[in-house]
Amino acid sequence: MGFLASNHVLTADNLVGVRGERLLFEKLSFELTNGTVLYLQGANGTGKTTLLHTICGLSKPYKGSVSWDSENIDGLAEEYYRHVLYIGHLPGIKEDLTALENLQFSLALTGTQFNFSQATKVLETLGLAKGLNLPTRMLSQGQKRRVALARLWLQNLPLWVLDEPFTALDAGATNMLKQKIEAFANTGGIVVMTTHQEVMMNVPRFEQLRLDA
Amino acid sequence: MAETILVKELDIKQLGTFSVLYRILARDIKVALRRQSDVTAVFFFFIIAASSFPLGSGADPKLLSAMAPSVLWVTALLSCMLSLSRMYASDHADGTLEQIMMSNQPTVLIVLMKILAHWVLSGLPLVFVAPLIGIQFNLSSAELQILAVSLLMGTLALSLIGSIGAALTLGIRGTGVLIAILVLPLYIPVLVFGAGAVNAVSIGMSPNGALSLLGAVLAMAIVFAPLASAAALKIALE
Repeated sequence: MGFLASNHVLTADNLVGVRGERLLFEKLSFELTNGTVLYLQGANGTGKTTLLHTICGLSKPYKGSVSWDSENIDGLAEEYYRHVLYIGHLPGIKEDLTALENLQFSLALTGTQFNFSQATKVLETLGLAKGLNLPTRMLSQGQKRRVALARLWLQNLPLWVLDEPFTALDAGATNMLKQKIEAFANTGGIVVMTTHQEVMMNVPRFEQLRLDA
Repeated sequence: MAETILVKELDIKQLGTFSVLYRILARDIKVALRRQSDVTAVFFFFIIAASSFPLGSGADPKLLSAMAPSVLWVTALLSCMLSLSRMYASDHADGTLEQIMMSNQPTVLIVLMKILAHWVLSGLPLVFVAPLIGIQFNLSSAELQILAVSLLMGTLALSLIGSIGAALTLGIRGTGVLIAILVLPLYIPVLVFGAGAVNAVSIGMSPNGALSLLGAVLAMAIVFAPLASAAALKIALE
């Protein structure tokens, strides 16, 4: 199965999501195996980000459970985070640090050794060659986004949870990211993502879930 | 496809817990040094506030040395509190906090690193500068030594306890006063034993009792503050 050695499965079992007093989604169940891209759709405020946070274990579901390889992620705790790469709609980038310093820190948090030349190469591929030594505050919105997304090229984790990854990206970067997600799924990765753009993916399994249906 | 080739070429090594924690500490310090105004503001507030007391209270050396421990300790406490609201706020605002909570290291240890970084930047400098200011208060060298020792232990306790307040008030507007109200009652033991140690030396007694109690407060804070802060941060993200 490509560069991912083992088979994994992400299961949601009867999830109920509540924000404040409002019911966002209920009885949501799915099972994602290697090579699946799950594409969450829904209007603003329908609970896409809440669902992503639930999958990441950042917020607890009101009812139901999320399991990784049939173990509840509550029980797995940090062990689960050896498998998940989450990029939220906030890029998680410190404006005072350079792109490389930011990447070094993000990688360290998931216990990945930072390789300077690899990171430089990825950032150059992503079109950031000129901004490598600038504090990220000098970069545009789309460039900051690319810095955050560079982690996808530098880490080897089997589950990606991406919140609006295409926001602020231009056509070239959108295409590069789409190809990257396809390549990842084709080597056995699992992706859960939200987006407002219509993106067709050429992957082993492509599933759509509408939260406002 | 350039990207797929890169993945296969990837040479990924895993980091041990210590190197991850070291990098977290190093990053916080690096960010703060890029934004020096925040750090220097705390430092100069302490110097200015503490050295205006001798100027305002006349030239009675006895009075000065009698009030020195409390004045220096209270100003140290206030300057530590100045920077508390920033402890987690920027990480919360830019999404770094989500990444921190999703680290494969225990959140408690990461929080401890963030507290240490806060201490290195706002508490530790005071330990070095307080004895210099103590000279203005006519303190003896024995008193200055104990002042530095008590501040060394005490400021770390202040950062630890303050972290709970900073984490609890995360995401609320106008946190400055709220943190003070939450944290000041918990700061009182630190203030009492810290200033008490210096006072003991001034009246010719051993500071060991007060220092031991300060150490006990510090030990409790090291155990419980990161746990409480980590729990509060988890709630703040939901």
